[in-house]
Amino acid sequence: MTNENTLKSSGEKVFLTKGITRTYQMGEVQVHALRGIDLELYAGEFSVILGLSGSGKSTLLNILGGLDIPTTGQVFYKELELSHATEEQLTNYRRHHVGFVFQFYNLIPSLTALENISVVTEIADDPMKPEYALELVGLTDRMNHFPAQLSGGQQQRVAIARAIAKNPAVLLCDEPTGALDIETGVTVLETLNRVNQELGTTISVITHNASISDMAHRVIYLNDGQISSIKQNDIRKTPHELSW
Amino acid sequence: MKTLDRKIFRELWMIRGQVIAIALVVACGLSTVIMSYSTLESLQQTREQYYQEYGFAHVFASLKRAPNTLLERIAQIPGVDKVVSRVLAPARISLKDFVEPIQGLLVSVDFQSISNPDSLNRIYLREGRMPKTTTSAEKMSQSNQKIEIIINEAFAQPHDLHPGDQIKIIVNGHEKQLIIVGIALSPEFIYQIAPGSIIPDFSRYGVIWMEDKILEEAYDMDGAFNDLSIKHRSDIQSHVIIEKLNVILKPYGGLGAYDRSLQVSHQFLSEEFKQLDGMGRTFSMIFLSVTIILLNMVVGRIIASQRDIIASLKAFGYSNWAIGFHYSKLIVLIVMVGIVFGVLSGLFLGKNLALLYMDYYRLPFLDYQLQVGTILYSISITLIVTLLGALFSVRKATQLQPAEAMRPEIPQRYSITFIERLGLKKYLSQSSRMILRHFERHPLKAFMSVFGTAFACAIMIVGTFFMDAMNYMMDIEFNRSHREDLMVTFVNPLSYKAVYELRNLDGVLQVEPYRSVAVKMQSGSRSHRTAIQGFMPDNRLYQVLDTKNRVVKIPESGILLTEFLAKKLNVTSGDMIEIEFLEGKHQDQQVQVAGVSNQYIGLSGYMNINSLNHLLQEDSLISGAYLTIEKGHSEKSSNEISEHFFEQTQLKSMPQIAGVSEKKSLIDSFQKTVGDFMLTYIVFITVLSVAIAFGVIYNNTRITLSERSRELASLRVLGYTQSEIAYILLGELAIITFFAIPVGVLIGYWMSYGFILGIQQDLFRIPLIINLQTYIFSVLVVIGSAVISGLFVQRKLNQIDLVSVLKVKE
Repeated sequence: MTNENTLKSSGEKVFLTKGITRTYQMGEVQVHALRGIDLELYAGEFSVILGLSGSGKSTLLNILGGLDIPTTGQVFYKELELSHATEEQLTNYRRHHVGFVFQFYNLIPSLTALENISVVTEIADDPMKPEYALELVGLTDRMNHFPAQLSGGQQQRVAIARAIAKNPAVLLCDEPTGALDIETGVTVLETLNRVNQELGTTISVITHNASISDMAHRVIYLNDGQISSIKQNDIRKTPHELSW
Repeated sequence: MKTLDRKIFRELWMIRGQVIAIALVVACGLSTVIMSYSTLESLQQTREQYYQEYGFAHVFASLKRAPNTLLERIAQIPGVDKVVSRVLAPARISLKDFVEPIQGLLVSVDFQSISNPDSLNRIYLREGRMPKTTTSAEKMSQSNQKIEIIINEAFAQPHDLHPGDQIKIIVNGHEKQLIIVGIALSPEFIYQIAPGSIIPDFSRYGVIWMEDKILEEAYDMDGAFNDLSIKHRSDIQSHVIIEKLNVILKPYGGLGAYDRSLQVSHQFLSEEFKQLDGMGRTFSMIFLSVTIILLNMVVGRIIASQRDIIASLKAFGYSNWAIGFHYSKLIVLIVMVGIVFGVLSGLFLGKNLALLYMDYYRLPFLDYQLQVGTILYSISITLIVTLLGALFSVRKATQLQPAEAMRPEIPQRYSITFIERLGLKKYLSQSSRMILRHFERHPLKAFMSVFGTAFACAIMIVGTFFMDAMNYMMDIEFNRSHREDLMVTFVNPLSYKAVYELRNLDGVLQVEPYRSVAVKMQSGSRSHRTAIQGFMPDNRLYQVLDTKNRVVKIPESGILLTEFLAKKLNVTSGDMIEIEFLEGKHQDQQVQVAGVSNQYIGLSGYMNINSLNHLLQEDSLISGAYLTIEKGHSEKSSNEISEHFFEQTQLKSMPQIAGVSEKKSLIDSFQKTVGDFMLTYIVFITVLSVAIAFGVIYNNTRITLSERSRELASLRVLGYTQSEIAYILLGELAIITFFAIPVGVLIGYWMSYGFILGIQQDLFRIPLIINLQTYIFSVLVVIGSAVISGLFVQRKLNQIDLVSVLKVKE
């Protein structure tokens, strides 16, 4: 399997963060979600950001995805500095470069599986056909079903299809298997793996499930808003081989 | 169709109940506005066209008597297009089987030229034909031939008179037999009302058109005239003509020329138009406010429940603008549903209302046109205002940071409510506490719901109060101010001796004379044409009352003015005003304003009859008198009493008497005329009010249900019964209704006040009188609507699927 060194030499830097912090006001409490993160992610890389709940991993992913801006520090996507981008630049960035997969799928309940994908392809530059995206996740026969008529795993696969349909350079997944049972989770992870290998999409998955980290090129351990360590997997496991 | 647009349609379908409730409010509002304005514009247009086609004059003048040769001089006034002279004569009409006196107005017409398109005040023949013009040979044998006449439709209908029927009149002391050959309408009598009356009485006032030569002879007006109609060029203003005309007519007993604005029928119509306009304005304001409140509530809720969808859309790269546009489309669609129904029903109702008016006003035709401009204008106002109103919610949606929106909403911070802190906590069940805390947590939503529901109550009040006001005004005018049974008007002022003659009539108890003189009052550049009423100092049968119903004493000297008139002339007590008498010797006099009294009806000046006659340099002359008559045995109805009186006395056939008006029958006939109309109107207003109340209450409760379905389902799981959780939801509804009622009463009161201020006019000022029954009825309508909304929502509540509610994320 590929290792990190080959990636580093072949892939360019996709993300670069310099000392980013993020604090929130949650009701009457101030939460320090991130306390200085320096990180690089590379093109074609499948990374897993691992941490307990409250470790700041969702915040980090949101910042990488242009959904949130750091309180201090800098974030770059290639040449674009996300930390000082305008609302318009961020919208544009999300529209053309990033795909999101959320833990709770966030499908629009009033739209069918296919329509949920069209919502994204309609505004993208060079999308794949929504039907093809569904085919990639193996749900062609479910395309006219509404979210309420799909199982959790199917909904998440629709969400993945939706995320990849615009051919994004980066796919950011927030606990994509968090709401799923093991078997379904494996199917979803396989789908992600295929996307990474066949389309060469850079994928970053955040999870608190340590076993998923075995399928990544690189694992970033997050603890209390800081990176505690980074591990390279010289040998990656396939989703089937993961032990939960 | 874009995928997101499909989302809109499906979501609208899901909340169709609420969409209908909002659309209903929009539809009611829009249809009321379109109805009012299309009726108004159609009537205005019809009136204009009618005036145009039937040569309604621009300037009118009455005078004592002038030779026909004077017409040439008048025609030479620059700007005058056409002058038509005629004779107007008061008459009394007798019909078989109708013992009460009927006042008549004889109008001389040259039937040969009347069909000429450039003739003035032409009549519109509804039935029959024009009278045959008599040759001089025929004229000789006239005495035993019946005179052919045309009568007006308003008078013909209640008496079921048709061509071929005969009537008797007394004119100038002589009885004449007439035969009706035609029934007609005229632009001069669109609103037909006897001179000096404030309410119409169709069966006791008739207009008769008679061939000019016959009437001139009958009224001793050979070769002379006493009334003028003038049409002038459109680039000339009426007052320029009027000034010159007054100079010419002064030596001939001119009563002062006036333009259309003082022509009785035109004036009443204009006033009615003003009321329609005021109604349209008031209602559109109420409905727009309610629509904004509703849309804010519903759209706000939709947006709140779609936090995560909005966040996802943003994550996919939808711009704020695109998302804002998306939700704006949702709003527009909801409103559009209402607009479609509103426009359709507005046009339908407008047409029917206009037809109703056409009938009431004696218009020969109706020029009902689709008022495209008005419709487009109302639609755009509705859309713009509702979009602006919903902007707040939409802005909230777009301002949400996507990362923030993705996170579940922070549990809402509730607190111990004020009422609980007061120490009442121990009396409140957990459910009641939940209701109270929910209110305190969402004050804006509660406020909007209360306000919206209050509007339902307000529209009931503002929509129906003026019936109370009118009844009150009628009561003051006819029961307290006028205390007579009969009012007798003389053809010409008579000496005081007439009082004794009247008093000697069988059955007459009291007689009090009055003097009425047409004047022009002037102060500085302001002037007003009206009448001065002169009364005996100890008058009892007619009393001047102020708005607090106190009797205002007629001053020994000087003049008492109606407050509205004093304002118009910009004078107060102690100021001098110039009075130009339009009768008698026509001299000008300076008179001191002795006082100002606030009155609902008319714009008059009041004086002591003696000082008035003194100013006029006349002996004690009187214009008429108030009478009370013997009631006899109490089992007789008042109709029988008056019938008996008229049968017994010769009052009706006394030659100097122009008219006798009987108070009681005037009121009865008025109430009969407006009764049915009012009933329809009340039903209409009630429907509007129910639509608002239902729209607000149903939406509010539905939203609460969707916000709290988890909470309520949890309670069900914990063992609460269906009715216990219904209490939590419907308790909120009850509290909203409870608070909405006093607020609605207040809003209704103030809007009614604004409404009457907006339509204050010379003819009358509607008092702000709202009866308790009106309040009670309004409140009941609101409560009823709340109960219905509650039943609807309870059905939904019973359908809550416990398991699925609890399974939802977070």
